[in-house]
Formats: sequence, C-alpha cells, structure tokens
Amino acid sequence: MPEQPGKNAIEVRGVRKVFGTGENQVAALDTVSVSIRENEFFTLLGPSGCGKTTLLRLIAGFDFPSAGEILLHGEDIAPLPPFKRPVNTVFQSYALFPHMTVAQNIGFGLEMLGKPKAEITARVAQMLKLVKMEALAARRTSQISGGQQQRVALARALAPQPKVLLLDEPLSALDYKLRKEMQIELKRLQHETGITFIFVTHDQEEALTMSDRIAVMSAGKILQVGTPHDIYDRPAERFVADFIGETNFLKGTVVSKKSGIATVRIASDAMVAAGFPEGFDPSGEVTVVVRPEHADLVADAAKGTVGGVMANVVYFGTDTHYHVKLDGGDNFIVRHQNSRSSAVAFDPGAKVGIVFEDGGARILRD
Amino acid sequence: MANVVSQAALFEAKAERAASRRNRLLSTPALVVIGVFGVLPLLIICVYSFLVAAPYGGVQWKFSTDAYLNFLFQRDIFDDTLQFTPDFLIIYLRSFLFAVVTTVICLLLGFPTAYFMATRTPAQRNWWVLLITIPFWSNLLVRTLAIMFIIRDEGLINNLLIGLGVIDKPITMLYTNFAIQLGLLYSFLPFMILPLYASLEKMDFRLVEAANDLYATRRQVLWRVIIPLSLPGIIAGCLLVFIPALGAYVTPLILGGGIHLMIGDLIAQQFGSGRNWPLGCAQALILMAAVLVALYFYVRNTSGKIQHG
Repeated sequence: MPEQPGKNAIEVRGVRKVFGTGENQVAALDTVSVSIRENEFFTLLGPSGCGKTTLLRLIAGFDFPSAGEILLHGEDIAPLPPFKRPVNTVFQSYALFPHMTVAQNIGFGLEMLGKPKAEITARVAQMLKLVKMEALAARRTSQISGGQQQRVALARALAPQPKVLLLDEPLSALDYKLRKEMQIELKRLQHETGITFIFVTHDQEEALTMSDRIAVMSAGKILQVGTPHDIYDRPAERFVADFIGETNFLKGTVVSKKSGIATVRIASDAMVAAGFPEGFDPSGEVTVVVRPEHADLVADAAKGTVGGVMANVVYFGTDTHYHVKLDGGDNFIVRHQNSRSSAVAFDPGAKVGIVFEDGGARILRD
Repeated sequence: MANVVSQAALFEAKAERAASRRNRLLSTPALVVIGVFGVLPLLIICVYSFLVAAPYGGVQWKFSTDAYLNFLFQRDIFDDTLQFTPDFLIIYLRSFLFAVVTTVICLLLGFPTAYFMATRTPAQRNWWVLLITIPFWSNLLVRTLAIMFIIRDEGLINNLLIGLGVIDKPITMLYTNFAIQLGLLYSFLPFMILPLYASLEKMDFRLVEAANDLYATRRQVLWRVIIPLSLPGIIAGCLLVFIPALGAYVTPLILGGGIHLMIGDLIAQQFGSGRNWPLGCAQALILMAAVLVALYFYVRNTSGKIQHG
C-alpha cells in the first residue's frame, strides 16, 4: 500500500538501539523503519528478544534510540522525555500504584497534566464505566483481581486521551478464558476511543485475531508488515511462515519458472507448482511451504501431487491432524476440519495422496 | 462418619496447640532477657524516682515526689517556697532540637544516598551496604575522639586552613553546639540510610516509569510515587535516628566538652557528681514519657498513609 504521509500516527525511521559498550555491544534494534497509521490496531509480533519491547520503549520514551528518528504525527519525539509525549503505556506488569485507589490510579495522568478537579472526576467516572469498574473505584489496587487490575491499567492509560496507546504484552498474565475476553474488550475499546493501539505480543493467535496490521520481528529486524491475512497466507520469509501458524516445509530444486509460478522437484521426485513473493527470484535449492489446511488427502495415492503413508491421526475436536510420511522421507501434516458429515477416515499405515490447494504451495526466502 | 470428622478435628486442634506451645518455648530466652534486664530495671527506676536521695548516692526508703518537683522547681534555701527554674527544661528542649535537626539532616543526606544505592546493580549494592556499615566495625568512642582530632584548634581542618593561608587564627569548633551536631550526624547517618535503602530497594522501579509515562515530571514522581512508597523506611529511619540522638551521651560529652549538656549527660550527672539518684530516675522517666508521646503522634500521623503501601 502506498504510504500517505501525515496520515501516520507513528513513523519509525531507521531506528537503531544498541545496548552495552565495546565488545559486549548488542543491537536490540537493527535499523528498523515502520509506519503506523492513525486509528490502527498495530501489532509487533515476535519471539522474546526480537526487539519488539525495545521498539515500544523507544516510542514511549523510556529509552532513547542510538540512531534514527521517531515521528508522532510528523514531529520528531525521539529526544523528548516520556512525560512530554502524548503517548501512554499499558505495562505487562500493569505497574499500578499500590498506594492509590483504583480511581486515583486512573486520574493520575490527568492530575499530572494539571487538569481541573471537576474534569478529572468526570473523566475518571467515564473511564470506570468504559472498563466496567464503577463498583470498585474506591478499592486499593491490591484488593482486586488480575483481570480487574488489567482493566484499571487500561483505563489509566486511556484517561489522558493519548494520541497513541502502547500495550506491552498486557494479556500475558491472564488465564486463557480471561485473555479471550480481554482480546474482544481491547478491540471494542480501540473502536470506541479511536486511538491508535500499538500492541506487543509473542502470541501469534492473539496477533492474528486482534490486529489491523502486524509487523513480524526477529533478531532486531522487522521481517514483514501486513494484514493478518497477508502475513498468514503470503508470508515473505521462512521465519514468518514458521512463527505464525503451523507449516510444512519441503526441500526441493527449482526446475522451471513461468509467470510467478515455479516448478519444484521435491525429495520424492514429485513436481510441485509453487508461487513466490514479488521481487524474489528463486533458483536452485529452495524450501516450499504449505499450510496444513491448504492441502487435502485423497485415498488414491496416484491422484495426489505427492504420495505417502499415513503415520498418525490426531483428533483435536474441531479438526483432525493427519501426519503423513511422504515418499521422499519428509513429514507432512494435513489439517481437516471436522464436521458431522466428514466420514472419510484414514487409518495409520494406509497409502494416501496429498493435493495442494491452488496457491497453497509457496517458495520462501530462508 | 461424623465421629471420624470430629476425631480428626480434635487431633488438628491438639497439633495446633502443641505447635503454638513450641513457638512460645522458642521465644522464651529472649523474653527472659527482656524481662530481667529491660522491664525490671525500668521498675526499679520507677520506684527510685519516688524516693529520697541519700547524701552519698543511693536512696533512702522514704516516699517523696521531690524528684519530679525538682525537675521544674527549686526550693528556696531560706523560706522553703518553690521557684520555677527552667534549667533542666532548657537542656531537654535543646536536646530535642539537636535530635530533630539531626533527624532532618540525616534524612536529607540519607535519602539521595539510599536512592543511589538502590538503583545500582545487585552486586554493586552489596558493596555500598558494606561501605555504609564500615563505621560499625569500630567503637563509637574511638570514632568520636577521631572527630575531636579533626576539628580541634590544632586539628586537621584548622592546620590545613592556616597552612593554606585561608585563615590566620584557628576557628573554634570543638566544644561548641556545632561539634555536637556534627558528631550526632556522623554517628546516626547509617541508621537513616539502611532502613531507607531497605525500603527503596524493594520498590518496583517500573512504577517510576509508569508515572513518567503518565506525564509526571521527575519532581512529581519523587513526591507522588517514590516518597509515599518508601514511607515505611522513612519512618523507621527517623525513629532509629531521633530516639538514640535524643539520649546521646558519649558524643555531647566528648565533643561538647561537658559545657553544652544534653539529656544523657544530665541524667548521668545525677548518678555521679550530682549524687541525686531519684532526680536522675525522674529525668529518665520524663524523657521516656516525652519520647512515647512524640512517637504516638508521629506514628498516628504517618501510619494511615502506609497501611496499604
């Protein structure tokens, strides 16, 4: 998509962050550039140590970049201390003030901005309502549950109406059910407040379900930025495909290429037609990736693109995973959604064929 | 079935009682020490303060409230009327002033120090704690005498200043209020720093980031987050400095030269050259009462703020 300057809430330009000195120097962020649009739910996704939290802390102002600039609505905020940035953070640990009540916590930012008492009271009441915590306004933060603390942390960060809200793995401390609830809650809050959310997580499912766009990070670099759909269906690199969702990897050699489709000979000598990302010219030894749900099983091995032997069948309730040992020796997983009518059963040991959906197989940069 | 349950409950209650008995046994040695060497002497002081002084020290077993009267009044030698003499009161008030100034300055010096220590890496912190406790390795008397050598007329400071030509006559520092104040500050500063450090070290510094993020300037973070959260340490440090400073004996004796008395020296005098044990006992009890009253108000004013810290 073309960049529209001025429509970006945050622009990160060539930002480097180096920790330590001399030989112990570690680049937590290695020349990262990314634009985050207004009113966007933007997620920084990656494994721990990939630099996502570092980037968030640079935007918040807790750390300062070693190089590059960070623009907020076109204005460089990189040299500003955190208390001069119209950006608020929801911390992973919530970091609620233990010596204040819920209401005092929520009003803290407004108080520091020197807002009149009446305005603070009104805004705190409004925030309490927004996060459904009216009944607990006078409680100490130590007297409420983890999920409630999470809501207070959100309300506290939203109360001063920041231009951008930063969320540092805010759901990681919650149990599964509460997490699911809060995911929906966060989406609702973002929609109601119209504030740009920058969300940091290592949970790919969370990223896929909540984000407008995702930046996948690894080792201090942003590998790919795109909608959840883009990231999942058209991963740009092998790491992205591997990190997000389950993926089958097949080694092979490019035999021929024609209008965006390459023919690859894989280990079992089967020929696979695979697409590849724009601006990438695959040749020689390559890896073909296929999502488990982008493949199907056929009972007649000869009719499949690749043939193999059923090794294992794992039932998951909503779907079933078929582990197939391909003729070339690779392992391959096919996911099948279960329904009352799906009666096709494959027993371990049976010879099967696998067919790929159109566009299901892709060659990726390693 | 019900029988089994009640049996189990019975055993549980028995076991609990046995455990509580064991715990009480563990605390017995300490309680004995406190009883024999703490409470008993206090009772003796209490009793003695209502007796009459014997001519060469000790007491005569006759009831009298003279010791308390003598604290504020003096019997006229000729007509036996009571006259208000504020001498003791002035010494008390001066001692309070010394103790308050010591506490305030220790807090002002100790807080930044403790904050600095608490924000080092864990390994560095241990070194700093060690450095702060080094004075405890030598005797207070020796350290106080050392101060004497530094500040006396021919001492280190004066010799240095004269040698450098800054002054031609030594500045008199020894045997002044300044000397006592300096000595008190020096002796009690570690007692302020250590509890402050203990409470700052436990503080979650992410709260500082959170406050910064919510538009609090450095000064606001200090007053709204760091100080309220370190209040337990501030209270503990103030008590640990104020109370012993009030009763300080060695420091004013050596550095004040016996000219500027503090409560501790005054009381000691009654048991020595004063030969008035009941008066000494009364003075000690009045000091204790004053400290308890001050403590009551101090704790009442501050504890409400830390209940949930």
